[in-house]
Amino acid sequence: MLDFLYQPWPWYVAGPIIGLTVPVLLLVGGKMFGVSANLRHACAACNFGNVEFFNYDWKTAGKWNFTFLAGSVFGGFLGGYVFANPEPIALAQSTIADLQALGIQDFTGLVPDDLFTWSSLGTVPGLIVLILGGFLVGFGARYAGGCTSGHAISGLSDLQLASLIAVIGFFIGGLLMTWFIYPIILS
Amino acid sequence: MKFTEYLKYLLIGTAFGFVLIKSEVVSWFRIQEMFRFDAFHMYGIIGVAVIVGIISVQIIKRNNMKDASGNPITIPPKDASQVKRYLIGGSMFGLGWALLGACPGPMFALLGSGLTIMVIPILAALAGTYTYGILIEKLPH
Repeated sequence: MLDFLYQPWPWYVAGPIIGLTVPVLLLVGGKMFGVSANLRHACAACNFGNVEFFNYDWKTAGKWNFTFLAGSVFGGFLGGYVFANPEPIALAQSTIADLQALGIQDFTGLVPDDLFTWSSLGTVPGLIVLILGGFLVGFGARYAGGCTSGHAISGLSDLQLASLIAVIGFFIGGLLMTWFIYPIILS
Repeated sequence: MKFTEYLKYLLIGTAFGFVLIKSEVVSWFRIQEMFRFDAFHMYGIIGVAVIVGIISVQIIKRNNMKDASGNPITIPPKDASQVKRYLIGGSMFGLGWALLGACPGPMFALLGSGLTIMVIPILAALAGTYTYGILIEKLPH
């Protein structure tokens, strides 16, 4: 049993649990599953510029969401620290070869040390990945009205056409970045 | 909100963060692999999650089920006529998702796993969200 907590979980174990988050949140409090709304609530909580988009009662709207998010951080601590998998990720060989060709050297953890350390903030690729990447995730999620959880999981679960369009957008952007832009950033 | 309710959301969030790590959905490597179509892993997770989600939402809707406080469960529809918003906004999100290798949930789960550098993309994501709020009237929707 304890082994199971340390090992990586296959898609057919993780997929159903992630999917069940949708009905569980609906049944517990009628809440629609979505993580990026937290970013909006946080902006609303400190809306120094008095921007109209953030003028709403974030406490009422965001309490449950912030609590859920705190849980996710704690879940990350349990899964990635207390019960961390000591083995490198079993990636496809072709991906490893591709990334090595782009100059990635560290394959030991969940993310490469080449880009995700404090010292990588001093490199151009590190800066682009951490700051531009984060900015686009935040900007794009709000522009599209949701992120992977709100659109790809919740929205598609409710058969919303808007979410399907958004997910198509996610892949247009993701494929452009992976195949055309990332090789330039890492070169 | 009552204390027990906070506890429920905290527990559900904990389970969510734990699965995100264990399934390696939080991994920059897995996202690179997914956008290269080199493995089924991520597609399996998202696909099964959506199937489970569709079935459960249908059960909830068809039986007019109520939540734990007895309120009817309503899911607000999204306005699919705003195609530009979903396509352009979605593409920008996709660019960021592939670049950072993490979407909002994983950013926070990774932070919890001890990866303190995630504070930087989280702050950048807040800046992005705020910038959208400022520019909202000027953007096509």
